[in-house]
Amino acid sequence: MGLLDKYKTLLDTAKASGIPDLQYAEQEGVLQIRGTAPNADTKNKLWDVYNQIDPNFLSGDVVMNIDVSSAVEGSQVRVATQESNLNIRKGPGTDQPIVGKAAKGEVIILISRANDQWWLVRTKDGEEGYCYAQYLEPVE
Amino acid sequence: MYGSTLNGIIMKNKVKSWVFILLMTTAVVVGAISCKPKVSDADLKAKIETVTADHPNVVVSVKDGAVTLSGTVASEEDRSRLAEVAKNADPNNVKSVANELTVEAAPIITNTDDADLTAKVADATKDYPSVKAEVSSGIITVTGSIEQTRVQPLKMALDALNPKKVDMSGLTVK
Repeated sequence: MGLLDKYKTLLDTAKASGIPDLQYAEQEGVLQIRGTAPNADTKNKLWDVYNQIDPNFLSGDVVMNIDVSSAVEGSQVRVATQESNLNIRKGPGTDQPIVGKAAKGEVIILISRANDQWWLVRTKDGEEGYCYAQYLEPVE
Repeated sequence: MYGSTLNGIIMKNKVKSWVFILLMTTAVVVGAISCKPKVSDADLKAKIETVTADHPNVVVSVKDGAVTLSGTVASEEDRSRLAEVAKNADPNNVKSVANELTVEAAPIITNTDDADLTAKVADATKDYPSVKAEVSSGIITVTGSIEQTRVQPLKMALDALNPKKVDMSGLTVK
């Protein structure tokens, strides 16, 4: 069974999710999926579907990188860590000194997206610095 | 007297035939003009090319108002949209659109710079102390152990780095 068949439900869900720049292709035995979802819910739904087809992602035959378009500069984002506080760092990188912390569930302001991994943020207390983007979820 | 009447009849017939010829000529000329398209094929082609300009690999050709689109586009959506756009560029003069476009998607870019990817993987896995990740030729191989609830966040973080592949088959899920 080809990857396009194996992940048909995932691709169909993505196509029906209002992802204007959806791109997917099988490259070197891996189904690469890219696109920008309108909100975090849509992105999470796609990951749920993917996890159902390939529990714990053990097959390693998909790389899915879905961005969220509502995460724009000046918007609010929620800290979505597992349980701990989120480090705010002086620069984009874990080698950078920690200049502050944001609690799990705290809503902070996204100032700019330095790159795909590191976003410049400001807390309500005025602390400013870089956070790992994976732990920030746009507030709808 | 008799002769002048005859002359008169001949004169009348002559005038009639001139009028007839004039009318016929006018009809033929008018007919010829109305059969010609209002816009030339070259003008129509130029007009359509301005609306397909964003797609450099699309070739527009026009013959007697019939448009043919050929070449390549990046997606099925572009393919159908361009046929629509070509028709709407001049709906009165575009008689038909033959869509001979083929879809040729650009390859999805993956990060094959191992040094760059290794640094990003280190950031992404910092909060997963029991997980070990190695990068080789754009492939991230993950080993060690992890709690069930954290598998998805880890995979999301690694996929966001655009690797060629994320191999988690050696990862023990607790």
